[in-house]
Amino acid sequence: MVDVAVVGCGYTKFDEHWNRSLRDLSTEAGMLAIKDASIDGKDIQALYVGNMSAGRFIGQEHLGALAADQAGLIPIPATRCEAACASGALAFRKAYMGIKSGEYDMVMAAGSEKMTDVKGTDAVATLMGAGDQEWESAIGLTFVGLYALMARRHMIQYGTTREQLAMVSVNNHRNALHNERAQFRYEITVDKVLKSPLIADPLRMLDCSPITDGAAAVVLVSDKLAGRFQNPVWILGSGQASDTVALHDRQSLTEAMATRVAAKKAYEQSGLTPQTVDIAEVHDCFSINEIMSIEDLGFCRKGEGGKFVEAGKIGRDGEKPVNTTGGLKAIGHPIGATGIRQVCDITRQVRGDYGKLQVHGVKTGLASNIGGTGATSIVHILGSERPGR
Amino acid sequence: MPEIGIVGYGAYIPRFRIAVEEIARVWGENAEDIKNGLQVYEKSVPDIDEDTVTIAVEAAKNAIARAGIDPKAIGAVYVGSESHPYVVKPSGTIVAEALMTSEQVMVADFEFACKAGTAAMQCCYGLVKAGVIEYGLAIGADTSQSRPGDALEYTAAAGGGAFIIGKDPLASIEGTVSFTTDTSDFWRREGEDYPSHGARFTGKPAYFRHVTSATKLLLERLSLKPSDFQHVVFHMPNGKFPQAAAKELGFTADQLKAGFVVSHVGNSYSGSSLVGLTAALDAAQPGERVLITSYGSGAGADSFSFVVTDRILERRDKAPGTDYYIKRKHNVDYGTYIKLKRKLKV
Amino acid sequence: MVHNSSVPLYWRLRKSKYNLIGTRCKTCSTAYYPARHLCQKCRRKGEIEEFKFSGQGKILSYTIIRSAPAGFERYTPYAVAIIELAEGATISGQVTGKIEDIKIDQPVIPVFRKIYEDGSGGLIHYGIKWEIADGQRA
Repeated sequence: MVDVAVVGCGYTKFDEHWNRSLRDLSTEAGMLAIKDASIDGKDIQALYVGNMSAGRFIGQEHLGALAADQAGLIPIPATRCEAACASGALAFRKAYMGIKSGEYDMVMAAGSEKMTDVKGTDAVATLMGAGDQEWESAIGLTFVGLYALMARRHMIQYGTTREQLAMVSVNNHRNALHNERAQFRYEITVDKVLKSPLIADPLRMLDCSPITDGAAAVVLVSDKLAGRFQNPVWILGSGQASDTVALHDRQSLTEAMATRVAAKKAYEQSGLTPQTVDIAEVHDCFSINEIMSIEDLGFCRKGEGGKFVEAGKIGRDGEKPVNTTGGLKAIGHPIGATGIRQVCDITRQVRGDYGKLQVHGVKTGLASNIGGTGATSIVHILGSERPGR
Repeated sequence: MPEIGIVGYGAYIPRFRIAVEEIARVWGENAEDIKNGLQVYEKSVPDIDEDTVTIAVEAAKNAIARAGIDPKAIGAVYVGSESHPYVVKPSGTIVAEALMTSEQVMVADFEFACKAGTAAMQCCYGLVKAGVIEYGLAIGADTSQSRPGDALEYTAAAGGGAFIIGKDPLASIEGTVSFTTDTSDFWRREGEDYPSHGARFTGKPAYFRHVTSATKLLLERLSLKPSDFQHVVFHMPNGKFPQAAAKELGFTADQLKAGFVVSHVGNSYSGSSLVGLTAALDAAQPGERVLITSYGSGAGADSFSFVVTDRILERRDKAPGTDYYIKRKHNVDYGTYIKLKRKLKV
Repeated sequence: MVHNSSVPLYWRLRKSKYNLIGTRCKTCSTAYYPARHLCQKCRRKGEIEEFKFSGQGKILSYTIIRSAPAGFERYTPYAVAIIELAEGATISGQVTGKIEDIKIDQPVIPVFRKIYEDGSGGLIHYGIKWEIADGQRA
């Protein structure tokens, strides 16, 4: 069986890049990963690009070829991967499987989104493409609205408090202070979150990840090539699962079943457990999703995510550091880029070369990327040791 | 010949109200003078997601519930309004599908200012009487327009009444007449947001001449006199006009009472006299006579005489009474009213 | 937005959206709204038929949308709920009327309303919204 490692990674500044296009950002991210890996771009055999909705954000489809073209990588095969907000992790998983299958030895997985070329209301409507267009978008639901429906239920069922939700954002902002590529690099307080404008009750402005432009890329290689690299970070487990696209069709509004299924697979493959994995990147598109993810990934029992956060267990020096570089909330959430960005941050933490962002003693890390309200969930576990065979 | 008349009826009035005081406050007018002059204290306001079609559907659902019939038996759907949401594209098609009528149904939108709903009733009556259809659904509904600051703003309201016309009625039609002339007292040109009106000209030569002429004609045709009726309903552009018409024709305040809905819901144009008729039917007893005379600017009036049957006792409670909608209210301020009526550009 | 403005899409779903018409599996009696044409439980052994829901339902969760997507700006703030229908399906719907009184587990009734308008010149989309039941109307 082929083993796969990440040997290079990088992401652009996540921001409102008024002066930069999707193609600029994607090319920059690709070059960052290539430089980080110290390879020649010509060694890359295939390209997978995660992107949710360039068709609606910038009117551009056919992103696979466009990325290969702009990066000067033609004629290698280039494929766009789409699973809403999990598009990045999907591209990563497809790249991983491309090597795993024996077809390739070196592949690039990238992710990108350019969201600010359209008005805010159009961006909100476009994001709803990740939900059920005929039955959710059609009645004016928004993504924050959908997560608010989950938050309300979570609060009622488990006693999760408004303050606990706020603490998620506070932790993410604190973690981003030293992340030069984060969109927001300032601390916020629980009080500030609670006084921010209501967007969809009970969720407020500071519960929400922003609208962001950005791109991220990683280079993956087979074990055959991994020896050439100084610090390969191995992919120990990869799980993907699906659930109903519409939130109203779910068995539960307070649990992402697909995350539990995907995580179980990744844990089994890696031989790790929620207790033994060192850190996690979770999908905090809205604060409630970080709390639900902490539960669904098994870091605490269902319903206890709020208390887990309140007890400081997700802090950089806590029991299970989560989103150690700022998460979607503070780094920003250029949809298709996020899943790759998470892998970049886990890779750096596992390599142990992350400067001010470094969390001490990280050997393994988990990245959980969620599409829509949980209709696609992809979990990867990475570590410093090559999987035992 | 079996009796033909109203088999089921239903009203709908939106829940929001704006008080005369609130409108007068904004325009610097004296609310007491206006209330005394119009005898209207507040008017209904449609929610931002309501229009003639939605009001028509809700009223018609109540009518179908009272009639206890399968909507597939309805052979005609006629919607009367002067605020059809589309200029081209019928309200009636939407209403018919929302009510799940058969696709083999006659549908048309009617417009005759405030009397389009009674005109629709006359058509249904004719079709049922001719044996062309089994049941006809006639609706009058409006989300009335009025220019901000115009006197009409105190009364122009939203609401509707729906009537299923057929055999085995709860109120049989004894007779119906119309009185029509080319009298331009109130109109709205294509593309204009608000109607124009002739102010005092809307009174004597328009409303009063047509309402009294039609009513007198009906009484004459049927050899009836005002005292033969227990309830009488006239179109209610305000509170004063129907009271004055009643007095002129020899009806008492008591006869007017049950159907006199204008003071607290305003004038819902095509819905006005029909909502009044639903309220009168809510109060009527078997054997009683009910007279309605609608009025439409332009101008014409339709008069009907109904004789209430025993059927009313078993059907009346199958849908909420008109009083339920009148009492179910929530007052809004002028700013909210402007938002709900979409007078704000957003 | 392009998709919300689709005339054929609106036309195709109108019966379902005007009158809560979904489907039901004759084999296992599971009711689906929105309609599904493959029973999730019986799969090929299921037999799907058209099914009209009664309209009885209650609120499972709700939110008040204050920041609307394109096309819904004029309606803010508006309430959206997940409603559990008496026959078992759960659906998303707007709650209209006195939204300040909205609560979890509250019974609701369907009402016919405008859902969306494609600008001032485009199609008006009608359908079911929900009102808090007051016991007076079915």
